[in-house]
Amino acid sequence: MLKSKSETSQPVSNLTKRIIPCLDVKEGRVVKGINFENLQDAGDPAELGKRYSDEGADELVFLDITASKENRQTLFELVAKVAKQVFIPFTVGGGIRTVEEIRRLLQLGADKVSINTAAVLDSEFISRAALAFGQQCIVVAVDVKKKGNGYKVFLKGGTQETTWDGLAWIKEAEKKGAGEILLTSMDKDGTKSGYDLPFLKTVSQAVKTPVIASGGAGSLEDLKAGLIEGRADAVLIASLFHYKEISIRQAKDYLSGQGIPMRI
Amino acid sequence: MRRGWFLDMIKRNMKIAIVDYKAGNLQNVTNALNVLGRSFEIVKEPAELFRFDKVILPGVGAAASAMTKLAERGFDKALPNLKVPVLGICLGLQLSADFSEEGNVKCLSIIPGRVKRFETDLKVPHMGWNKVKIIQHSPLLTGLSDNDFFYFVHSYYLQCPKELIVGETTYDVIFPSIVQKGNFYATQFHPEKSSKSGLQLLKNFCDLC
Repeated sequence: MLKSKSETSQPVSNLTKRIIPCLDVKEGRVVKGINFENLQDAGDPAELGKRYSDEGADELVFLDITASKENRQTLFELVAKVAKQVFIPFTVGGGIRTVEEIRRLLQLGADKVSINTAAVLDSEFISRAALAFGQQCIVVAVDVKKKGNGYKVFLKGGTQETTWDGLAWIKEAEKKGAGEILLTSMDKDGTKSGYDLPFLKTVSQAVKTPVIASGGAGSLEDLKAGLIEGRADAVLIASLFHYKEISIRQAKDYLSGQGIPMRI
Repeated sequence: MRRGWFLDMIKRNMKIAIVDYKAGNLQNVTNALNVLGRSFEIVKEPAELFRFDKVILPGVGAAASAMTKLAERGFDKALPNLKVPVLGICLGLQLSADFSEEGNVKCLSIIPGRVKRFETDLKVPHMGWNKVKIIQHSPLLTGLSDNDFFYFVHSYYLQCPKELIVGETTYDVIFPSIVQKGNFYATQFHPEKSSKSGLQLLKNFCDLC
């Protein structure tokens, strides 16, 4: 097949950058709150997911924040319901610990799963999951906080520090078979002061796996900076969309106008 | 119009088989057909295929193990001989070729061609939304536009004769993303995950006579 010609040495691709709304789900309902406090019911996950999909979301992420993980039945029912109505890729995360759980979620119609704590506690979990279902459906979510000159990996919503250095863990996760890295800056999360661009860029350049930027976006300019300076492949957005500060369409039109490839 | 309504009813009553050879998930394809209001059955035995008006060959996973699973049931002999419209999706497209480098396996030889791995500085798998440039007319494209976006997830791509290419996509190389040879149609992307344009393409396939 012909190599496509390009004036620079950069390979040519029409692959777009992705805008991914993130919905927090508690006991089967979407909830909104500030720093996980004062949670308010914000509707049915399948309905909201469909609305975001109709507005042009490229993918969806559902994050189960149900306190008790013993009963996963509500989550399974939710995944089946979403899959019947939403025809874009969607990822499910939150407390996933076993290959069996992943199998069930994928069978019900999830396209990817996001794993976090279970991966840090046992990195072989990533390998087992990637081997069983393919790397493309294993997203490793990484929460980092600045510590001195570096970044440390945290668990449980930033309350539990690990011994892992951020970049070292992300490289390890990639080596074990992570298909994507969902990188959240705990320092920036909820501040609306923009992504942690230096670390985002470091990570994006250090791995071949796609990187999804999360935490800190407060404006259209922040999204642009995350995708251009931060070199992220996708941006995960929660409150900016939930509170209708900007619409997906608005974000896409703006980013497209800035020369960033978008699906419009 | 009365006649249009009648044709529509006939189309909706045509039976679609989804081939289940235990390679990946059929749920999203069945969800899409449900939302399009089409009747279908999951088919596990090749002998049953001849009862159907259409056949969908989905697939997620690796070519070599998928071919083994197809052969275990005898689908490898049945699929190339089908005379009704067949739609291969993603791995289903790659399996229709002569040969895949993924596990160096002989495939179904429905579409003459070979499946190669992306050799590029870009990220592999090629994952996300990419454009499909229309190369030639096909009934699969009704209601779709040149350069519409579809959702891709794959590390290998097909090389086949130009005359079989309906649509192509650029990811360092230019590769066929929709192919057609006679009654056999295939897409490298996942129409069942490609929002409105994907559902439109599936509807077009379901409406083929």
